[in-house]
Amino acid sequence: MDLVRRRPLISGAVALFLLMVLLSTFAIVPETRQGIVVRFGKPVRIVNRYEAGERFGQAGAGLAWRIPFAENFVWIDKRVRAVDMERQPVLSTDQLRLEVDAFARYRVVDPLRMFIAAGTEDKVEQALRPILGSQLRNELGQRPFSALLTPEREGAMENIRTGLNRVARQYGVEIIDVRIKKADLPDGTPLQSAYERMRSARLQEARSIRAEGAKRAQIIRAEADAAASQTYAASFGRDAEFYNFYRAMQSYETTFIGQEGDKPSGTSVILSPDNEYLKEFTGR
Amino acid sequence: MSIFKGWGARGRALFNDSKGPWGSSGGNGGAGGDDPPAPPKGPWGEPPKRGGGGRGPVGRSPVSSLDDFLKKNRDRFGGSNGGGPVATAQRPDPKYLYWGLAAFAILWLLFTTMHRIAPGERGVVTTLGEYSRTLAPGIGLTMPSPIERVQRVDVEDIREVTLGSAAEETLMLTGDQNIIDIAYQVRWNIRNPEQYLFELAQPDDTIKQVAESTMRAAIAQVSLQDAIGNRRGEIESLVSEQMQRTLDNYRSGVLIQGVAIKQADPPAAVNDAFKEVTAAQQEAGSYINQANAYALQLRQKAQGEATAFDKVYDQYRLAPVVTKRRMYYETMERVLQKVDKTIIEAPGVTSYLPLNELRRTPPREPAQ
Repeated sequence: MDLVRRRPLISGAVALFLLMVLLSTFAIVPETRQGIVVRFGKPVRIVNRYEAGERFGQAGAGLAWRIPFAENFVWIDKRVRAVDMERQPVLSTDQLRLEVDAFARYRVVDPLRMFIAAGTEDKVEQALRPILGSQLRNELGQRPFSALLTPEREGAMENIRTGLNRVARQYGVEIIDVRIKKADLPDGTPLQSAYERMRSARLQEARSIRAEGAKRAQIIRAEADAAASQTYAASFGRDAEFYNFYRAMQSYETTFIGQEGDKPSGTSVILSPDNEYLKEFTGR
Repeated sequence: MSIFKGWGARGRALFNDSKGPWGSSGGNGGAGGDDPPAPPKGPWGEPPKRGGGGRGPVGRSPVSSLDDFLKKNRDRFGGSNGGGPVATAQRPDPKYLYWGLAAFAILWLLFTTMHRIAPGERGVVTTLGEYSRTLAPGIGLTMPSPIERVQRVDVEDIREVTLGSAAEETLMLTGDQNIIDIAYQVRWNIRNPEQYLFELAQPDDTIKQVAESTMRAAIAQVSLQDAIGNRRGEIESLVSEQMQRTLDNYRSGVLIQGVAIKQADPPAAVNDAFKEVTAAQQEAGSYINQANAYALQLRQKAQGEATAFDKVYDQYRLAPVVTKRRMYYETMERVLQKVDKTIIEAPGVTSYLPLNELRRTPPREPAQ
């Protein structure tokens, strides 16, 4: 305390210096990062390296140290990261095009190799992006269009992942999975012709529904006609002669008098005295 | 990182403090020494703000008053040596400074060791960056700020990702190579806060991309008709199950609550053709209805007539001759009543009659 009072400037400077040394010696390593300690450009050790199946709080996160001014920390992400691919046209074996949009998820498992081969995560992604594209084209290009739509079922995604992983390992990176986000028909002719196909299929369906309806209607009518005839026959067949008379009577009435409402135009009847009706008229 | 800045600020503050009286005589102390009344505010203002900023609102008013208090104190202290431009004649009282420091330290400890975790939240504690434990709702105690930090994560809040909308088309290819316009929503929450914080670089983007790819894969396995119609529920549960599997594979700590397909329609370009199908279905239905009506009518009529005949016939059987004659005369009566009649005695005259003249009683036109 006495020294501080007497030589405040010097003691202050010393304190500042010590603080700076302290600060540059220790660094906090969070769970989300792994670090490489680089001494004059040469990597010497790794802190908080990713281990498969490790649990939080038991890995290397926490306080890390370095030799001040001689060593540097290079931080590398420990989390799962994404490589997003540009949209790629893929040609199927039957010469149909599909625009595919895919992504891969990866994790840096060997930070040292990754640091030497690429340096930063961005550079790894830049390197993997075209490889993902070409793997995708190669793998999917061996299939007919119909199989292209469900590459998961065919095991194609697993093949792409394996292929990409082979390259990724050189960067100290592990591919967790590759997934297709979008698979669309290219704009223009292919899309329009797909629409056209959908449209004509619908119109065809509409037509067949109409025809089916008409057919069923006709059958219903015919069945009703048949049933009515059967009913008539069963009843009238009991006495054909009486039916003849009975129906004739009804028919005369309808023809000459008309049913209620519509009256037939005036009818003139010229009767001969020999008529059955006038048999008694002559007074025989 | 902010921890070090905090320390740095305090370090600087300490340094300033020892330099204060000295700086007033010499005036060559660097950053803080030029003008005693004004500069102390800079370094002194900083630490309390940092301390109070992240640790709850209660810290604000005491801190600002502390700030003033310290500033005043410093002015007095600075004036004590008598060399400064500030003409304060009062005696210095360094005790105030120590009290202030103590109060500040106590507040700091208070606000950085006690954490109120709301219900539905979890507090993930890291000790110098290393995961140590997770605080349950309630008051959680930790070491003070630079050593331990708490990140609050809401685990109950159901978040939503909406993909596709009614306004723009999101087209997907179905298994039968048709195109569907789809809009859907994924609801999720955080199941494991540590994994959510530490395992994924872009958790929200990841969920969105996984949702897109899983839905695309599911739609590519069903036909257009199924996707539009009755298998929607099946697709929803399939997508939610597969998304969960994929996200578990990333160790994301995310729980998919559900997937809801809000809209699955044919694209606008072919919508008319789809409407045509609906129209055809309705038309076919109306054909069948008409036929059914006709059939019903015909059957009833047949039954009615047959029954009437049967009744009459039964009576006829009892007295055939009389009944027949009676029916004949009754019918003739009704018929001949309404028509013009001419009876010709002599045979062979018929051809000479002026038939048109015979119409003596013209049919009563609209009578009433």
